[in-house]
Amino acid sequence: MSDRLEKAVSETWIVIVAVGVMTIALKAVGPVLLGGKPLPQHLTGIVDLLAPALLAALVVTQVLGGDEEIVLDERLVGLGAAVVALLLRAPLLVVVIAAAASTAVVRLFT
Amino acid sequence: MSRARYRDGARKVAPIGVAALAFGASYGVLAQTSGFGSVEAIVMSATTFAGSAQFAAASILGAGGGVVSAIVAATLLNARYAPISVSMAPVFTGGLVRRLLESQLIVDESWAVSRRADGAFDRRLLVGAGLVLYPCWITGTAVGAIAGDALADPEDLGLDAAFPALFLALLVPQVRSRQALAAAVLGGVIALVLLPITPAGVPIVAAAAACLIGWRKP
Repeated sequence: MSDRLEKAVSETWIVIVAVGVMTIALKAVGPVLLGGKPLPQHLTGIVDLLAPALLAALVVTQVLGGDEEIVLDERLVGLGAAVVALLLRAPLLVVVIAAAASTAVVRLFT
Repeated sequence: MSRARYRDGARKVAPIGVAALAFGASYGVLAQTSGFGSVEAIVMSATTFAGSAQFAAASILGAGGGVVSAIVAATLLNARYAPISVSMAPVFTGGLVRRLLESQLIVDESWAVSRRADGAFDRRLLVGAGLVLYPCWITGTAVGAIAGDALADPEDLGLDAAFPALFLALLVPQVRSRQALAAAVLGGVIALVLLPITPAGVPIVAAAAACLIGWRKP
């Protein structure tokens, strides 16, 4: 094994362990430290709004996200199809499939 | 009755399971080309279980960006799990080990489907959804890391558009009040503004701050 490869292997493991431990801790922090106890009353108003705020941010970053840039591409067509499906009150499965299928079709022809 | 909630969670997230499988495979391929062995790729999926952070860490290492950059990028991408985890804390009951293990099933998709129409989180929906996504992600990773480039690109199948569609579909029923609408719009705008100027992950965790408009004096 060359020195370079040996270095690469150990670097990989350092990253895997560090990122793994950090992620496990981030996911566990609430349930482990505060698990089962109701949140303080004055915080419930904040927590109730976390879902709409984060979901909207996830939609924006997943549709337009690039490498530190905004990218307009076929994903927008998929989101448009999802909007139409939602307006037609389609079930979740149909919404997701409509988005993927329309994106795939547009990619095929562009 | 309680079993039915686990099943509901599994069913709601099932279409995304397919996408998780495909993106797990594309992560496996990326990890392999970035110098990860298949065991390393699979161990990372089993322990980190957070797609975007894994993609970032592997691609930075593969491009020679170094250990510190890879860890920092992955940390920023996963920072949103702190508020998500705290917001879900009340529904995690049981012993410490059980809470620790079940909390590891938190990912964006399982968290999003675990919120009931009345606004409360449901641990069983989360666990049901997580138990679908986790094996899909690991199996996908294993297939990608071993089979490599022989696989179809999930983007050719439009699967990258499946995730925002899911989040949008789950967002709509959340917007039941003016305040929820304001939080969603503000969160979306913060993410959009920061997207071109900050490292990946920052727009999402910063958007979480939009929920502070719900602050009431104690």
